[in-house]
Amino acid sequence: MNSLIIAGLLLVLLGLAYQSGWSRSRGLATANGVKVHSRPQYHGSYVAIWTLVPALVIIALWAWLGDGITHNFIVSQIPVETLQSLDQVGLNATIARIRSLATGYGVAGEILPYEQTAGDALRSFQFITFLVVIVAAAVAGIAALLYARSRITARLRARNAVERVINIALLACSAVAILTTVGIVASLVSEAYKFFTFIHPLDFFFGTVWNPSFSSTGGAAHGQYGLLPLLAGTLMITLIAMLVAVPVGLMAAIYLSQYAHHSFRAVAKPIIEILAGIPTIVFGFFALVTVGPFLRDVGGFLGLDIKATSALTAGIVMGIMIIPFVSSLSDDILNQVPRTLRDGAYGLGATKSETIRNVLLPAALPGIVGAFLLAVSRAVGETMIVVLAAGNSPVLRGNPFEPVATITVSIVNQLTGDSDFAGPQSLVAFALGLTLFIITLGLNVFALYIVRRFREQYE
Amino acid sequence: MDMLAGKVKMTQQSVNTAMNPTDALERPIRLTARDVTVHYGTKQALHGISIDIPDRAVTSFIGPSGCGKSTFLRCINRMNDTIEGAKVGGTIKLDGEDIYDPALDVVELRARIGMVFQKPNPFPKSIYENVAYGPKIHGLARSKTDMDEIVVSSLRKAGLFEEVKDRLNEPGTGLSGGQQQRLCIARAIAVGPEVILMDEPCSALDPIATAIIEELIDELRENYTIVIVTHSMQQAARVSQRTAFFHLGNLIEEGVTEDIFTNPVNKQTQDYIMGRIG
Amino acid sequence: MTDMLSTGHQASVERTKLIRAGLQRRHLSESIFKGLGLAAIILALGFVALLFIDIVRKGAPAFTQANLHLSVSFDPAIIGVEAPPVRAAGQSDADFQAANLKWQRDLAMLNWNKVVEASLRAAAPAGFEIDSKELMAIAETDARHEIREMFVADPSLLGKTVKVDVLASANAANWIRGNIDRSLGDAQQQLSAPARSLIDEMVASGAISNGFAWSIFTNVDSRSAPASAGLLGAFVGTLWMMLIVIVLAVPIGVASAIYLEEFAPKSRITDFIEVNINNLAAVPSIVFGLLGAAAFINYMHLPISAPIVGGLVLTLMTLPTIIIATRGALLGVSPALRQAALGMGASKTQMVFHHVLPVTFPSILTATILGVAHALGETAPLLLIGMKAFVAAVPVTPFDQATALPVQIYLWQGNENRNFFEPRTAAAIMVLLLVMICLNGVAIYLRSRLEKRA
Repeated sequence: MNSLIIAGLLLVLLGLAYQSGWSRSRGLATANGVKVHSRPQYHGSYVAIWTLVPALVIIALWAWLGDGITHNFIVSQIPVETLQSLDQVGLNATIARIRSLATGYGVAGEILPYEQTAGDALRSFQFITFLVVIVAAAVAGIAALLYARSRITARLRARNAVERVINIALLACSAVAILTTVGIVASLVSEAYKFFTFIHPLDFFFGTVWNPSFSSTGGAAHGQYGLLPLLAGTLMITLIAMLVAVPVGLMAAIYLSQYAHHSFRAVAKPIIEILAGIPTIVFGFFALVTVGPFLRDVGGFLGLDIKATSALTAGIVMGIMIIPFVSSLSDDILNQVPRTLRDGAYGLGATKSETIRNVLLPAALPGIVGAFLLAVSRAVGETMIVVLAAGNSPVLRGNPFEPVATITVSIVNQLTGDSDFAGPQSLVAFALGLTLFIITLGLNVFALYIVRRFREQYE
Repeated sequence: MDMLAGKVKMTQQSVNTAMNPTDALERPIRLTARDVTVHYGTKQALHGISIDIPDRAVTSFIGPSGCGKSTFLRCINRMNDTIEGAKVGGTIKLDGEDIYDPALDVVELRARIGMVFQKPNPFPKSIYENVAYGPKIHGLARSKTDMDEIVVSSLRKAGLFEEVKDRLNEPGTGLSGGQQQRLCIARAIAVGPEVILMDEPCSALDPIATAIIEELIDELRENYTIVIVTHSMQQAARVSQRTAFFHLGNLIEEGVTEDIFTNPVNKQTQDYIMGRIG
Repeated sequence: MTDMLSTGHQASVERTKLIRAGLQRRHLSESIFKGLGLAAIILALGFVALLFIDIVRKGAPAFTQANLHLSVSFDPAIIGVEAPPVRAAGQSDADFQAANLKWQRDLAMLNWNKVVEASLRAAAPAGFEIDSKELMAIAETDARHEIREMFVADPSLLGKTVKVDVLASANAANWIRGNIDRSLGDAQQQLSAPARSLIDEMVASGAISNGFAWSIFTNVDSRSAPASAGLLGAFVGTLWMMLIVIVLAVPIGVASAIYLEEFAPKSRITDFIEVNINNLAAVPSIVFGLLGAAAFINYMHLPISAPIVGGLVLTLMTLPTIIIATRGALLGVSPALRQAALGMGASKTQMVFHHVLPVTFPSILTATILGVAHALGETAPLLLIGMKAFVAAVPVTPFDQATALPVQIYLWQGNENRNFFEPRTAAAIMVLLLVMICLNGVAIYLRSRLEKRA
């Protein structure tokens, strides 16, 4: 209700300000016959911006401080002796009762006399403060409106002023992306730093045992947090995924861009790219209920002991997921190799595959390597497939048929959302996140650099 | 008016100095095209081209841009096959053999009819590998010594050997534009073609590099049948013995270069030579 | 030694011979290479087909569900409560509410299972011997709530008998659908032998029949009554997050793309921002979850498991995608249009907002929808901000506890009652994919419509 009134007030002010600036500007044009610098809309917007800012500042101040002031007021209404007899929980309950009385809804049970008076007082206090805030906002807005209006002359560069405001707003929006990066780095580093006060960085980065203990006895019973088993699991799954995705993705890109009839390409390319749009949780489920059991049965048939949830299962499905990523990037890169190079090979009598293998691919190699690195970074950071299908067994071993755990899986396991960040058990998630962030960032920067160099080469 | 006169005069001068008028007439016919048409999708790019191209002489195709001269050139070694939607009609015969015969292998054809392109396009490999690529895929060298010999003599014939002999293992893309184009010519020669097609080989080069290439073309004429597309009438006059004028997908006039430039029969050819079209 | 490059007739013939000798081998390797390419395409297409067929095959059965058709009598002997409270004059809202709550609490204290049991016995053939606990295992555990709700809504039902459909329990559904091996011995069966034979008889008599599983769409998640677990809560949670993403990510993303592409001076700083955005687009989604946990929950104390936090995290994650796509679209606008606008005396801002932006609108819209669709399918970051908590309510505001469609899938696939929840998880996946396909379809449709108009 209150916010509706405030929004309404702001809208009315805004309309008023715009209209006033607009009409003033029209007045200028008709009265003097001089050339006015800006069009009336800009004068309108100019006054509107001037009006909005002070009004918003006052409302924002109230939104920020209002709760505290109201709280203090309520506490001041409670008799001192009652106040002293209440603990924190009791105080909160009393305050809630008083607030509820003030709304007129009433409370269940007996109402103490001081509660009733406090409730009544609160009601009038709320009404008055609300009025004060509204009036203050309106007065500030109108004062600013009059000031801005008085500044309107034929020579006022209202358009430039309005455009400067737009520019600042746009700049603020682009700052969000930077702030996100800063936020990521700051939160990862600060929480990881807390983690390293419990566990020595060397024990983390070079430890070979991952065995976090959730016992809350404190002391030395934090468990062991060796990164290496997780890193090994991550690398193994990534390797398997790339072994699936690179040959299939690259050959698919080659076929689509060099061999396929354009109508076939128009159908097949979007279908393959569907794979890129499917949520990873779906791939995870597919891996868990279909691919895993299938691989286990195949293993049984071949006399191999393949677990249903294993590095192999997660890796293969992740590879499938990355196929469109590899193929569309490779496709882009192949298309950037100038046609003249291909013509040169054809002109010598090279067959299509000779042209592709001997000329096109070597020319595109840097770009394709860049694309592969991007795919690797994608695989390293992939979470849901691994959570569901890799089996979560953080043990250092080299057998892809066995369950493994990865960095991402352990982040999910350690940070369940409802634990506080007090102990190393949950803080380790940030140390893992930092490791993951650095690995993927390194891969991305390097890959984007390579791809950029490649593009420049043929521009 | 003065400028135009000067242009014609200059053209005549170059014709006089560069050519041997009787040369081309006595040569046997190597390539015959009859009623060649090309469609790109629904658009017709060539309307029935018929021409005879003599052995061991330079024939140049001239005409304003978009006239179909490059399209026709690309028909001769079936490069149009690589363009989706292109359809070629009519017949082109090399030594009496139809090159569009389904039984004929296009790979073999392109080994016999080499091509040099508008923009120098060396492969991103070393100079040596660039030249050796053709012989390697076709299996023309029986040994490393054979290959060395092919590479060296191709580079020699292309007039590039002296300039690059110390850096055969450096990338071909590091050479200057004119050197790159000669490398591409050497690459084409290495396969031992009988015909060399050149699609505006000097359009991306500066005048000095152009002069060197033109000289080279004149030398190559001794051993190869050369067809060159050029947008420069002066170049056609300087290097070729026969000239064909294309306009709007039609072959307007064709004959001994001197005749075309000094005494064109067709009104359109005359207009083009005088600089009124194109 | 002969000249290797001799152009004489003899040399040409020799060379042709050599070339021909290699042709067969070369064409073979050409075919092999092309075949490999085709195989890769077929493999990739096959994966797409396999994935969809597998999900649909697993999920489709879950859209039908076994219902029990019972005659429920609201026996006053069991339902012994006074009449519902009537509001007295001068009674405060809170007091009336309290009286009402007390009445409902009294109702809740009753053993409604007795009503359910009586109805089940009535549905069984006369004289069928079955233990009460075994009998109750046939109906879903929330049947009693359903019947109580009916009574709360209409207290005049007391003493009457009405036809009510309740859900069969998950175990019963497994038995009917054959999800559990019928030949297994009693020890491995979830249901007792009499219950199993009663179910079969009820199916034969039509007292149990399959119907469309509306509960998937109309119910919230449930642990105690798996057969009635639905997606509504998760769906609304997802809607809230989508709303937040659209409201925040789209304007901010488009605005920053406009700034970077049109206004920002080309300097090292803009270069840095560009590199930064490109890298942000490739940061693993789980890292955004960590950011959400540390910044929004631990530092700003926003509520845990709430769509507001999920929405903010997904917004930050989607921003780079929208920025990159919008910049691409702006970059594609022809310089001629810009010069024409500037030449007319428009300011740079006017040129961008009046001329450039309208032209790029279709591509920006499409990119936005695709970005939002991608955010919709994200799971990992939501797990880290507590959205994997079990929530059995529809979130009314974005500050309420909630979960999301992909997280619900994650939760269901982990349910111990595999036989029942595997199909239901697949069904939830079908719903999620359907939503995504719809969004993508809308994007494609809008793009083609708007581009035609432009």
